[in-house]
Amino acid sequence: MATDQPDRGLRGLPGGKQKYSAFALAKKAMNYHQDWQRAWRDAPPKDEYDVVIIGGGGHGLATAYYLAAVHGVKRVAVVEKGWLGGGNTGRNTTIIRSNYLWDESAAIYEHALKLWEGMSQDLNFNVMFSQRGVLTIAHSEHELREMSRRVHAIRLNGIDSEILGPSEIKTFVPIINTDQTIRYPVMGGFLQKRGGTARHDAVAWGYARAADDLGVDIIQNCEVTGLRRNGRRIVGIETSRGFIKTRKVGCVVAGHSSVVAGMADIRLPLASRPLQALVSEPIKPVLDTVIMSNAVHMYISQSDKGEMVLGAGVDKYNSYAQRGSFPVPEHMIAAAVELFPVLSRLRMLRHWGGIVDTCPDASPIISKTDVEGLYFNCGWGTGGFKATPGSGHVFADLIANDRPNRIAAPYALDRFQTGLLIDEHGAAGVAH
Amino acid sequence: MLVITCPHCGPREESEFACGGEAHIARPLAENSLTDAEFADYLFLRDNPKGLFLERWRHTAGCRRWFNMARDTATHEIVEIYPMGGLPASKAGKAAHKNSWRRDTAAEAAAKPAKSARNQRSGS
Repeated sequence: MATDQPDRGLRGLPGGKQKYSAFALAKKAMNYHQDWQRAWRDAPPKDEYDVVIIGGGGHGLATAYYLAAVHGVKRVAVVEKGWLGGGNTGRNTTIIRSNYLWDESAAIYEHALKLWEGMSQDLNFNVMFSQRGVLTIAHSEHELREMSRRVHAIRLNGIDSEILGPSEIKTFVPIINTDQTIRYPVMGGFLQKRGGTARHDAVAWGYARAADDLGVDIIQNCEVTGLRRNGRRIVGIETSRGFIKTRKVGCVVAGHSSVVAGMADIRLPLASRPLQALVSEPIKPVLDTVIMSNAVHMYISQSDKGEMVLGAGVDKYNSYAQRGSFPVPEHMIAAAVELFPVLSRLRMLRHWGGIVDTCPDASPIISKTDVEGLYFNCGWGTGGFKATPGSGHVFADLIANDRPNRIAAPYALDRFQTGLLIDEHGAAGVAH
Repeated sequence: MLVITCPHCGPREESEFACGGEAHIARPLAENSLTDAEFADYLFLRDNPKGLFLERWRHTAGCRRWFNMARDTATHEIVEIYPMGGLPASKAGKAAHKNSWRRDTAAEAAAKPAKSARNQRSGS
C-alpha cells in the first residue's frame, strides 16, 4: 500500500490564475498590494451543470477540485448555504494522521496523508501542513498492550508508527507531567511522525482557488431546498437561488446529511452531534507536536499563533444547534491541566461547537444511493478534517465513474445490511 | 447545560443523565423472517431529525430510571417528558411519533405479533 501514489491530476493552477510566490509578493509590494487577483470568482448559478456538489467545506471543495483536475469534468458547481469553510472545516482542531487499525481505514487515511504531503504545491497555496507528529498516550497497562497491537497492525499496512516509553515521551514533550502518582499516569504512547496539523481555513481557500482556476463555479449563500427526481433518477436541485439542472449530485454536508437525504426519501444511519473545541490565549511556543489521550479524552496542540488548541469527544445527545454542553469542555480542560500543569493559569480565548455526523461504526459513508446520480459522502464524525483530500479524491472518482474504487468500496451504505462494518470505535486512537 | 425534570426526582442538571437515543424502537420478534435490509432498519438506522426528536434518557446519577423525552434538536427546547411505555401527549410529540418513517417499517410490524401481547409490551 505504501508505494501506491494517488493520481494528482493537473497541478499548480494550469488554468492561468496568478500564482503565489515570493517573487509575486515582492512584485506586488511595488504596487502596495493593490492588484491581487480574486482568489475565486463570485459565480452566479448557471442553468445546468454536469455535476453539482452540495456543501462548500473542505471535502466538497476537494471533490469539485479533483473532478476537474483528475477526471476532466468541465461543468462543476459547488453550492454552499453559508460561506466557504464556515462549517466543520473552520471548526475542527486541524489534526492529521493515518494511524488507524483496520486495513480499510488505513487505505483511505493514508491516501489522504499522501495528498496532504504534496497539497501546498498542487494547489499553489500554503496550507501550512506541518508534520510535527501525533503522539497518543496510554494511561494503563491494558491500554499499552492494546496500543502495541495497533502499532503492529498499522506498520503492517506500511504506515509509520512507533511506541515510546514514559522517559522518551518526557524528552519529546518536556512540558508533560509524567509523574506516576497522578490519577491517569503516562505509561507510554505511540507516535506517528508523519502526522501533524494544517491550517484548516487555508485548505478550503486553497481548494476553492484551484477549483475556480479549473472552471468550477463556487456559489455561496445558496441553500439547497429540494432534490428534484424523475422516477429513480436525479434531474436537478432546488435552491434558494433557483433550480439548477444536473444529472449528478454529490452531497457533502456533514451534520445536515440526514436533512438533505430526507429530501430524496433516503435514510442514513447517522446521528448529528455537537463536537466542541476551544483555544486558550496565545503563549510562547511550548508544544511542538500533537498530543492525544484516549483514557482522559482530550487532544491538544499549539497553533502557529501560540494558542493552545483543545478538543475532546462529542456531546451525548443529538443536536443541530452548533453549541454544546458545558460539562464537555470542563472535562477536557481538567484532563489538559493534569497532563500539562504548566497550562493551569491560561485563560480561554474562544470556544465553539460544530455539528458532526456520526456513524454506528465510526467510519464514513462514501456511497451511491438508490437514487441514480445521487451520491453521499458523510458520516465522518469526529475525524473528517484529516481525510479531506483523500475523501474528495475518492468521492470525485466515484461520481465521475459511477462506481467506487478500491479505497471507497468498503464505505458503501450497504455495509449496514451486510454487516461488513469498519469498526473504528476507540481503535482510531480516540474515543468517539 | 440542559435542566431536565426527572419524573421521579425533579429538575436536575444534564450531567446527571445519560441519553439513550431514539425512543419507540420495538425489537422485531420475528426477526428471522425479515430481510437484512429490514432488520438494518431496527439495528442501525436511527431517526436524526432537525426539529422535534423523541428520545430515551436515564437518570444515571440519580434514581437510575429510564424515561422518554420530546426535545427539539435545533433549539434544545424540552417539549415534554413522559414515562417509558407511554406515548407523547403534546400535539407536536404525537405528530412526531405518528409521522416517523419507522411506523411503516417491516421491523416494527414484526414487533406486534398479536394484540393481547402488544398491550403488555407496548412502548419501550
